[in-house]
Amino acid sequence: MPMIHKFSLFDKFMVLDVNSGAVHVLDEVAWEVLNYFTSCSRDKIIDILKKKYDVEDITQAYLELKTLQQKELLFSPDYYDDMDLHHNGIIKALCLHVAHDCNLRCKYCFASTGSFQGRRLVMDCETGKGAIDFLISHSGNRRQLEVDFFGGEPLLNKDIIKQLVDYGNERAAQSNKDIRFTLTTNALLLDDDFLSFINDKMYNLVLSIDGTRQTNDRMRYQADGRGTYDLILPKIKKAVEMREDKSFYVRGTFTRYNLNFSEDVLHLADLGFKNISVEPVVADKNKDYAIREEDLPTIFKEYETLAQEYVKRYKIGNPFNFFHFNIDLTQGPCVIKRVMGCGAGTEYVAVTPEGDIYPCHQFVGIEDFCIGNVKEGIENRKTVEEFRKCNVLKKEECKKCWAKFYCSGGCHASAYYSSNDIHSTYKIGCEMEKKRIECAMWIKASLSE
Amino acid sequence: MKHIKTLNSSNLKTSLSKGGCGECQVSCQSACKTSCTVANQNCERSK
Ligand code: SF4
Ligand code: SF4
Repeated sequence: MPMIHKFSLFDKFMVLDVNSGAVHVLDEVAWEVLNYFTSCSRDKIIDILKKKYDVEDITQAYLELKTLQQKELLFSPDYYDDMDLHHNGIIKALCLHVAHDCNLRCKYCFASTGSFQGRRLVMDCETGKGAIDFLISHSGNRRQLEVDFFGGEPLLNKDIIKQLVDYGNERAAQSNKDIRFTLTTNALLLDDDFLSFINDKMYNLVLSIDGTRQTNDRMRYQADGRGTYDLILPKIKKAVEMREDKSFYVRGTFTRYNLNFSEDVLHLADLGFKNISVEPVVADKNKDYAIREEDLPTIFKEYETLAQEYVKRYKIGNPFNFFHFNIDLTQGPCVIKRVMGCGAGTEYVAVTPEGDIYPCHQFVGIEDFCIGNVKEGIENRKTVEEFRKCNVLKKEECKKCWAKFYCSGGCHASAYYSSNDIHSTYKIGCEMEKKRIECAMWIKASLSE
Repeated sequence: MKHIKTLNSSNLKTSLSKGGCGECQVSCQSACKTSCTVANQNCERSK
């Protein structure tokens, strides 16, 4: 079905044509004509609007909309219903939980402060190598593979990380492949030696910090309750400095406690961190810091503030990059990727210190979701099949949603945590996602002037 | 056009036949780890 999404934000009237991905900025006449475009004839529209606008303008706006429709850039047909999704059992990315242990006790940690509801444990070298062998042997004809060192806190297992990077590179070279290594860390154990190793070997580095001291220390603290801001800030600064033009993100979480998170994002930008990702907490809805439906208007305002500030700072030559506003309207991912989504349980899996395989890091520790082990391979095919079937063309809510090719059906884990079903959607998440996409499109429009 | 400005002229449809190589980054590896934001991934071929 053809589908469009009309929205106005600040000074702009905008339309997304869902199936083509075309985004248009309209003036007021065209915006009004569009309201009647599919239901009325041209004469009828002129009749309705002629008291407000010039007949010539109405006619011209109408013809412009017609041209876009003929070019399949407005009300374009849906070509994607019976799309071939190339599901072929290929796994190309690993989240390697090298430590189910942590030196912090962050309040919102989905990993239950590092132990993932299980024993505190670090991965041994053999299991890590087994995971890399598993990845390479399941990667089919894919050349570009990915391994993220994750935890708990991965730096509690530094030696293994170093050994596994060497091993991975060696194995990849033998198989004519390339592994991009990434690391997600709370920064506490970063030292000069490890930082130069990271700079040499890691394609991307994700450093956790939530924003201002107050925001950060309320959620991110040590076992004795002391906050971490003052400890991690110098380390993160150093890491970012050393990174130079290499990829990194400072990454924070916002919760109900800091609904004014635009201040946290801007604080991080002011500190000189130009690649920022601050995201809504994933939490059981009964937690007092979980985001509630009634918080949405406040959150929308925050995204709007951020969008305005983003444009303002860009224009005066002091830009920052906010992960959720990144959108490439011309050369973004292909529609197949947009439908397949995050790839959890299909092309992306997480491996625990024991070598158990889960569909992704957010499902680790939930027994029913264990799909195998690096030694024996994938055993729970039924669960893998469930994840395979879980995509934006299959989810009832998503099929009729204008955001489907941007959001790709959302996070299966959020859906599971909010309604016990990976095939459902997390409604609050959907509203936030849609708002972010509108803001991102508005930013594009504003920067194109 | 006088009343409408189009920000992008490419059409998702064309990526249906050209796309699907699967070499691009898995979304949760990039920065977020908690949410799926596929549309902001880069296409490995357009680099
Ligand atoms: S916003 Fe919600 S309904 Fe829309 S595509 Fe994403 S998950 Fe599906
Ligand atoms: S299910 Fe959610 S957390 Fe897991 S890979 Fe997908 S988007 Fe990421």
